[in-house]
Amino acid sequence: MNENRKIRVLISKPGLDGHERGAMVVAYGLRDEGFEVIYTGLRQTPEQIVNAAIQEDVDVLGLSILSGAHLGLTRKVIDGLGAQQADDILVLLGGIIPEEDIPALKEMGVDEIFTAGTPIKDISDFIRSHLPRSPEQEPVIEKP
Amino acid sequence: MQREVSEMIDAMKRGDTRALARTITLVENRSPGWKEAMQAIYGDTGSACVFGITGSPGAGKSTLTNEIALRLHDQGYSLGIIAVDPSSPFSGGALLGDRLRMRNICMKTDIFIRSMATRGVLGGLCQAARDVVRILDAAGKDIILIETVGAGQDEIDVVRVSNFVMVVCIPGQGDGIQAIKAGIMEIADLFIVNKADLGGADEIVADINGMLDLCTHNGIPRPPIMKTSTETKEGLDALVENLIAYARERKAATEVNRNHVKEEILSLLEREVFHFVREELSGNGRFEEAVEQVLSHRADPYSTVEELLGSFPLYRGMKTREK
Repeated sequence: MNENRKIRVLISKPGLDGHERGAMVVAYGLRDEGFEVIYTGLRQTPEQIVNAAIQEDVDVLGLSILSGAHLGLTRKVIDGLGAQQADDILVLLGGIIPEEDIPALKEMGVDEIFTAGTPIKDISDFIRSHLPRSPEQEPVIEKP
Repeated sequence: MQREVSEMIDAMKRGDTRALARTITLVENRSPGWKEAMQAIYGDTGSACVFGITGSPGAGKSTLTNEIALRLHDQGYSLGIIAVDPSSPFSGGALLGDRLRMRNICMKTDIFIRSMATRGVLGGLCQAARDVVRILDAAGKDIILIETVGAGQDEIDVVRVSNFVMVVCIPGQGDGIQAIKAGIMEIADLFIVNKADLGGADEIVADINGMLDLCTHNGIPRPPIMKTSTETKEGLDALVENLIAYARERKAATEVNRNHVKEEILSLLEREVFHFVREELSGNGRFEEAVEQVLSHRADPYSTVEELLGSFPLYRGMKTREK
């Protein structure tokens, strides 16, 4: 077991959507849960997000979308990750996501969708219980 | 070496970004195989020029890094950037936000940006950063920029991993120079007065000059002072020209490098010895026993340390020779 192992999370906002508060709350909340959170800020293209996720070698990618364009943007990000053989990254989605779109998003490869009002603890518990994704990833231990 | 690790390193040297990112994670986490990875990489290092950027919080280090990187990239240099932010000492987590200020260069996928958390004092930022520099170097980056956290001990450490250190100051903070005076003034190869579009930049230049007048430079050239503004773009082209000139003239082995090597070997040695001692002591329960002794005032911590070390023949031998 390697005690230095840190879970790295990228929080990003794809597309033309200026509602940043939710993403910031999640970013700060996950930091307080002991994760290393990289925040890219607003208006990122799917290519930029995939690029950042690869360079930062994150375990988790959290997308926050409140613009209504979640289906198209999420697909582009997931396809981009797939093209780089990075589909082992856990993909989470948050924001204003209509109930009826959730099956399609999960079908696409989103691991979980957390809509408004989700406690941070639910997100961090989900992350801890779903990592590591592949056997070669090392075991993850709880924060000190 | 494990096969996956050696394959990963080969892929990294061929320019595979994912392999590069994974190698950094392996080494940063000190996961099994990290040392073998660094041993395999070392031979391919030494050609990159490393620029350190430090200064007080809010001095505009990230934005400046963005501008510098953009210009170096336009001139055809391949770049690696390490952006360091602090870890929370309470949760161990970190919010790494330097990418926020590096929007222009985030568009360029051939600039490799890696955010690093300090991971507490025991994490040894300095060694981890030094290792990441080497990995980027071996991956073929011409120039590596390291942006440090704001004020603190880490700022001085940057000098040990960089060939050239820029210290960023800003006007309007009367105490700006006071705050960075101790230690950090001596490590600068170049002073940058950023946010020069704000009033008071010339006063800061005068302050720095005044301070440099009082320093003995011991044969080291007096660091120049440059004014920049990421708002009006004043001074940025000139700054980058300076950096390129430095990168071209840089000499491989200097006295400074010799000191860096000494310091690195000693610090790696220190860590290994520490781990060895800790492992040995935790194995036999003597450490816990000693804690109890000190806690109940039956022993003092100073003699406890000597006593604990006494179980190592090498230490006993040294003590005997001393007598």
